[in-house]
This record gives sequence, structure tokens and C-alpha cells, in this order.
Amino acid sequence: MAALGPDTGPAQATAATAGGESLPQSVAVSGTEPPAMATGPVTGSVWRRFSLRRPLAALILQRLGLSVGLLFAVSLMIFGGVEALPGDFATTYLGQSATPQAVENIRKDLGLDRPMTERYVSWLGGAVQGDFGTSWASRNSVSEQIGKRLGNSLFLAFFAAIISVPLAVALGMLAVQYRNRLPDKIINVVSLAAISLPEFFVGYLLILFFAVQLGVATFPSTVYDSMGFGERLSAIALPVATLVLVVLAHMMRMTRAAILNVMASAYVETAELKGLSAFRIIARHAAPNAVAPVINVIALNLAYLVVGVVVVEVVFVYPGMGQYMVDAVTVRDMPVVQACGLIFAAFYIFLNMAADLLAIIANPRLRHPR
Amino acid sequence: MPEPESTTLLSVRNLKIEATSYPPGEPPKTVTLVENVSFDLEKGKVLGLIGESGAGKSTIGLSALAYGRGGASITGGQVLLDGVDILTLGRNGIRTIRGCKVCYVAQSAAAAFNPAHRLGEQVIEASLRHGIMTREEATKRALYLFTVLGLPSPETFGERYPHQVSGGQLQRAMTAMALCPNPELIVFDEPTTALDVTTQIDVLAAIKHAIEETNTAALYITHDLAVVAQISDDIMVLRHGKTVEYGTTQQIIEAPNEDYTRALVNVRQTKRQEAVDQSDTLLKVDNVSAGYGNGFKVLDNVSLHLPKGQTLAIVGESGSGKSTLARVITGLLPPSEGTIRFEGKELPKALKARTKDELRRVQMIYQMADTAMNPRQTVRDIIGRPLSFYFGLRGAQKTERIKELLDQIEMGAPFLDRYPAELSGGQKQRVAIARALAAKPELILCDEPTSALDPLVAEGILNLLLKLQEETAVSYVFITHDIAIVRAIADSVAVMHRGRLVRFGPKSNVLSPPFDDYTDLLLKSVPEMKIGWLESVLTTRRMASAGN
Repeated sequence: MAALGPDTGPAQATAATAGGESLPQSVAVSGTEPPAMATGPVTGSVWRRFSLRRPLAALILQRLGLSVGLLFAVSLMIFGGVEALPGDFATTYLGQSATPQAVENIRKDLGLDRPMTERYVSWLGGAVQGDFGTSWASRNSVSEQIGKRLGNSLFLAFFAAIISVPLAVALGMLAVQYRNRLPDKIINVVSLAAISLPEFFVGYLLILFFAVQLGVATFPSTVYDSMGFGERLSAIALPVATLVLVVLAHMMRMTRAAILNVMASAYVETAELKGLSAFRIIARHAAPNAVAPVINVIALNLAYLVVGVVVVEVVFVYPGMGQYMVDAVTVRDMPVVQACGLIFAAFYIFLNMAADLLAIIANPRLRHPR
Repeated sequence: MPEPESTTLLSVRNLKIEATSYPPGEPPKTVTLVENVSFDLEKGKVLGLIGESGAGKSTIGLSALAYGRGGASITGGQVLLDGVDILTLGRNGIRTIRGCKVCYVAQSAAAAFNPAHRLGEQVIEASLRHGIMTREEATKRALYLFTVLGLPSPETFGERYPHQVSGGQLQRAMTAMALCPNPELIVFDEPTTALDVTTQIDVLAAIKHAIEETNTAALYITHDLAVVAQISDDIMVLRHGKTVEYGTTQQIIEAPNEDYTRALVNVRQTKRQEAVDQSDTLLKVDNVSAGYGNGFKVLDNVSLHLPKGQTLAIVGESGSGKSTLARVITGLLPPSEGTIRFEGKELPKALKARTKDELRRVQMIYQMADTAMNPRQTVRDIIGRPLSFYFGLRGAQKTERIKELLDQIEMGAPFLDRYPAELSGGQKQRVAIARALAAKPELILCDEPTSALDPLVAEGILNLLLKLQEETAVSYVFITHDIAIVRAIADSVAVMHRGRLVRFGPKSNVLSPPFDDYTDLLLKSVPEMKIGWLESVLTTRRMASAGN
């Protein structure tokens, strides 16, 4: 069989670390990353032997190492980027009364007179231990404030996710089963409409119908510490619905496309010629082979649910991370901006890594080497 | 052929199959794939359907499952299975036939097995879903079938995933999958075409043994008359969707009535005497080793040479390193050791280090002409490119030369502005040959240029290559797995096995005894157009192993 190795382009016999990179569908985010990053002190030949013997473990280790490295690079960029922002907390804070002396005093207070590298190292050291310093604006601990906000954001994202992901996959499979017939067309049109409308518009529409005219939903969706679980749920009903409508179409269409792609393969024909039912063909024979692309889209949408929901939070007056960060940017409250940025980046990287790992694990060639 | 009604299992009457095609820029039109085909198949018998690609043989085979592939639909006639017309059963009714009474074995088992599930699960799936047997019964039957089909360690074979077993084993597993629900009829769609000859004979023997053992009837579809002669009771020859000839295997092989059948039986009769003088060396490969970076040597210390104006055939199975050798000669894959000399002068190892003239002198023709051409370029662009690249030709001069080349490949000026999609498989390969010739090379590397073509078309290409060799004194390195082609065109032969050169020399030496074990196996595995050939080979083998 054709298991002799890659036959595209002249292979380089030099790279000692390029051992286990012979999978077709594992990576969607970063094509040709240097795998050496993951291994650190491990020497080439040892790593290569390991990756030949345990390709799955080697790939997972590689991804983990890569994520850590990526997070480190992001922290550098966030810190540097925020430093390079025009404007200055002291001038904004003091407004009209910003005499050079007063500005200088505040800068000294906040430790801005220290060199940048020193500040970066102490910030990163704190961040690793979960301490993001104190907010310049409110003088409170950033970690404490973020903790609460992050909890709220995750609460919202969690419910949006557990509704939208199964719904999207199920609708996608349904659309495949009835492809080019009426149910498929209805699903397509409705989901396309939902994705085409801006999220604030969908939000206001939902408020108009369910809160104002029918009066069945609560608005605004602000949650307090004193609220019970049930109250919280009813408060977030509308923002969750908005988010579901926004992310559903993307995942649904990707599921449909990925499964349709697989449906054209010979093994689906085999399944059909075995006289299996349409549903079993889709669920058992097509879906497992469509996992990798679908997982990647799901991960991107989950990341969006955590990171990109600021508009929905503003519309529904929901106290989440996004709103917190935007507020901090307007007053140039750097520790808060940096902390939010880093946490968002961490979520993004973590979710994409999880998607990569799941896609790798879903590949039987890597799970069961020859 | 009148038979008593009771033993007839499958009866196809006046079958008509059509498909809708969508030519770009034109209204959709209906194409007739199969017309007025009728045959009967008795219980436990095998009918061979034979013809070139496009003859409609797969389409007819799938009609026994009332299945139309890729938009084909059965528009007329009857398919009677046990007296019931399965075309009238409807969506749910047909599901009780498929995978239950009639099963299908696809050409490429590697593609037809689901990569996400274990083989055993897939083999017993149909039996379970149709409620034919319980899980234990099905597992037991699968084990029995794995044993009958000669699969290694049948007890644990079902636990493996498709990528963990070889192509020949997968093809046998596919046969087991088809046999598992105890069907009355199996449709074999070119089950051995994708395999090496040495593997093909094993799979063929296993299939024959298994269908005899279980007394299952079969439709056996192939383009290779020699293969079908070994396994079927009756043969139907098809061409362009119509029946050419239908009779017993003996009659078709030994006394064909139609010219087309005769041509099929007599194909590969081209023979060429080898050149006597093999001294004027053009290409010399010395102690070449090469691999793909993971330490595994795909080529191990290979040395051979080729005289001017002659043909060296390199034979071997897939994975023997024959295509890698071609890549090394072209410079696409620099060898790790050894040298390549052209007219006594050493060629730089890597492609990039070679001069334009060195590149010009070695050209290549690929197995799949389809993928070796840019589908958005016309024949004029494809052939014209080397002309402007190597010789700087342009304008009328270039067109003149392209026309000359088109005449040489027996196609002519009307093809100038056609796109590859508008050419047949054989015509595409001819254009690829013209593109190679355009550079006026001294050596053309032909990497299985005929193995994707139908026998008669392939023969045309071989004759063209021989004619061009006489006209231009070009040398060929001809890579193939087909011994008949070697006999037809080669002057010298190199037999490769697992990256090593097993045997090398003038054709008459290499192809005559005494043989080494591998060459012997290779030569004896090539199907012959003779009834009973398979049995005689198997008997010889058994006697040989009993004698040891």
C-alpha cells in the first residue's frame, strides 16, 4: 500500500524533529509550526523515536507546548500593545487639572517610572499566580473584580453553548438527510437570516417581542449576587437566545457541508448498499469522519461566546467581561485591560487547542498506529 | 439459454439506464448508459461482465441492487430477483434486499471501508441491522469467513482498523463483509484491479473458494478477460452500454463470434525482439540509495544502465521503489548515495543544480495524464510550454511545431484548442507524450503510462511509443507492474522488490529460467487467457509446498 511516506516535494533529510507530521487533517490553525517549541531540552533522535512509537502522545505534547508558547507570546504583545497606546491614564484621570507635576506624581504612584522590562516581568510573575494587580481607576484588586465578571460571562456562554452546539449539529444532520428538499431549505433560509442580522438588532427584536409586547421575559438582564439560580436563568433567557441565533448558523452550515463532503465517499455508498437507514448512514458512517472540521468551527464559536459578546452584553445590560474591558479601555485602566486581554487570549488558545486535540484523537490512524 | 424457471436467481430484462449530464454552457441532456441488456443468472453460478471503461458494466452490476451511482437512474426494463422486480420495491422495500439478499464488493476496499470503525463491526453490521443473526452468530460467521478467505490471525482480525491491514487483506475483508449475511447474490466490481499481480492471485483464489463453499451466485465485473476466465461460468461482453456477445466462458475464450471479443482475447500480442547490441550506454545508475527522510531506505544500492535508443523496463509491485527510482533519475529526489551518469557525464543530484539542457534531455510521462496536465490550458498551451521554455519558439513557428507533434502522436491539428476535459483517456496520454517529445529528449521516463487505460487503448499507446522510438531514437525507462508489457516492448529488464534490484539484464535472460524465487512468483502470477489457469497454478503451488 501507499505507506511509504510523503510523496510531495523533495523531502528534506535534515529536520530531525519533523517525525510525526504525516496526518492529513489535524491542524487547521497553524500549518507549519516549528514542533521544536514543545520539546525543550529533548534531543532530536529521542523525540523522534518517541513520536514514531507513540504518535498520539507526541502530538498532544506538541500541542500543549505550543499553546504555552503561544500564550507567552500573546502576553508580550498585550503588554507591549497597551504600552504603545496613545494617551495616558494620568492625563485622562486628572482632566483639566493635569499639571505636569500632578501627572508626574500619579505616574510615580502607579510605578510607571520603572523600566518597561521590569514592569513586564513583575506583571507576568503576578499573572501566573492569578494576581493581576490593582485597578488604577477603582483601586480594587483586578483579580477579584474579574473573577465575578468572568463567572457571569461563562454562565451566559455556557447556556448559549449547551443549547446551540447540539442544536446546530442536529439541524446540520437533518439538513443533510433532507438535502435540497423543503426542510433543508427552511433550515438554510432561517439560519442565514439569523446570521445576516447584526446581533444588536436581533437582541432588540427579541426585547420588543418577548419583553415589551408579550411580557414573558425579563429585561434588563442584569444579574446580582443576591439572585437565585432560577432568577438568573430567567434573566439571561433573552441574551442566550440572541447568542444562539447568532452562532447557530455558522456551526450548522459547517456541519452540513462537512457531512455532505463525507457523504460523497465510497464508504457511505457501501453503507447505502448494505441497506442501512438514512439516519444510521449519517450518524454512524458520515458524522465520525466529519468531526475534525466541525469541531474547529464549534471551538471558534465557543471562543466567540466568551470573548466576543460585548455588544450583546451592552444591549442587555449584562455585567460580563466584555463590558468591563470596554469600560476599562475608555478610562485607560491598563491593569484591567491587560488582564482581560490575557484571559481572553487564554480562552481562545485553550479552546482551539482543545479542538485540535479532539480532532487528533478522532483520527483512528493516530489513535491506533499500525 | 433456456433454464428451468426454478433455478434462475437473477433475471435482467431489457435494462435501460440513463443519466443526466450537465455540459457547461448547454442545456442538460440525457445520456443513455445502458440499453437493452438482458441476462439470466442461476443460483450458485458466476456471470462475468467484461468491457472497457464506459461500457456500463458497473452500472449494470449496481442495478442488481437497484442503485444508480452519481445521478444514473434505471429508466426501463426489469430486474427480477427470485421472480420479484426489485425496481418496483420503493425506498424502504429495496433496503430489505440490499445487504441482505444482494451484497456488493467495491473496486477499492481501501476507500469502501469506513476509516472510523473496526473491520469486524463493519463486516457484521448488515447481518445485525437486517436482523438476520444475533451478534454472536454474526461474529462466529465472520470468524469462519476470515478463515476461509485466508486472513492472518482470523480471531483478532476484526479488531483492527482499515488502515492497519494491507490492500489485499482489505479486499478479502470486503468479500467477507459481502458474504456475512448469507446473500444469494454478490456483485464483485473489479475486486482485484487495484492489487498487485502476486496479491491478485491470492484474492482471486480466496474469492473463488469462498463463493464455491457458500454456494453464492455472483456477478463478476472486470476489464481483464484473463481474470474473468478463471472464475465465471458465463461471460457477457459489453461495449458502449450494449451487449456485444453473451455465452459460456469456454465459447467466449476459445471461439469468440464478434471482432471486438476477438480483439480483447488477442490483446497484448505485440512482441518485440530485443536489440542485440546493448553497449552504447546512455544512462548509468551506480549504487544508488534513497529514502524519504525517516531513515527508511526506499531504494537500496541499485545499479543499472540503459543503451541509447532502447527500452529498459522496470517491473515490481507497489512499494518496490520503481517510481522512486524514476524520481531519483529526474532529480526530484536527490539520492543519499550513488551517482547517475548521462552519456558518461555525472548529473548533479538535485533538480535545482541541473542546467536547462540537462533538464531537457530527460522527460517524464505519468500514470495519470489527468492530473499531470493543467485542466485550464488547451492542448496548444500544454505542448507549447516546453517549446518556448527550451527552444524559445513563438508565434507561427511554435504553432507549426505543435502541429507536427500532434501529427506524430496521430491526433492532428483539430485538437489544438481542446481542453484536457474534452479528450479521452488515451488522447490525454498521447498529449502527455507529445509534451515530453517537444523537448527533444534523449530519455523519457514512463511511469506506468498505460495502467489506467483500457487494454485496447493501452496497446495503441504502446505501439505509438515504439513507433516514436524508431523515428527519434529516444530511449525509454518504462516502469510497469505488467509482465505482458515488458515482453512487448523491452530490450532489457530490471526486476525490483522492496527497494532492491532482484534481477537485471537483457530481456531474454531475465524472462527465462533459471529464475530466482521472486521473479518466478511474479511471472507465475500473471493471469493467462486460459480456462483452468488459476487451478493449475494453485495445484503447482500446493505440490511445491508439499514437496518442501
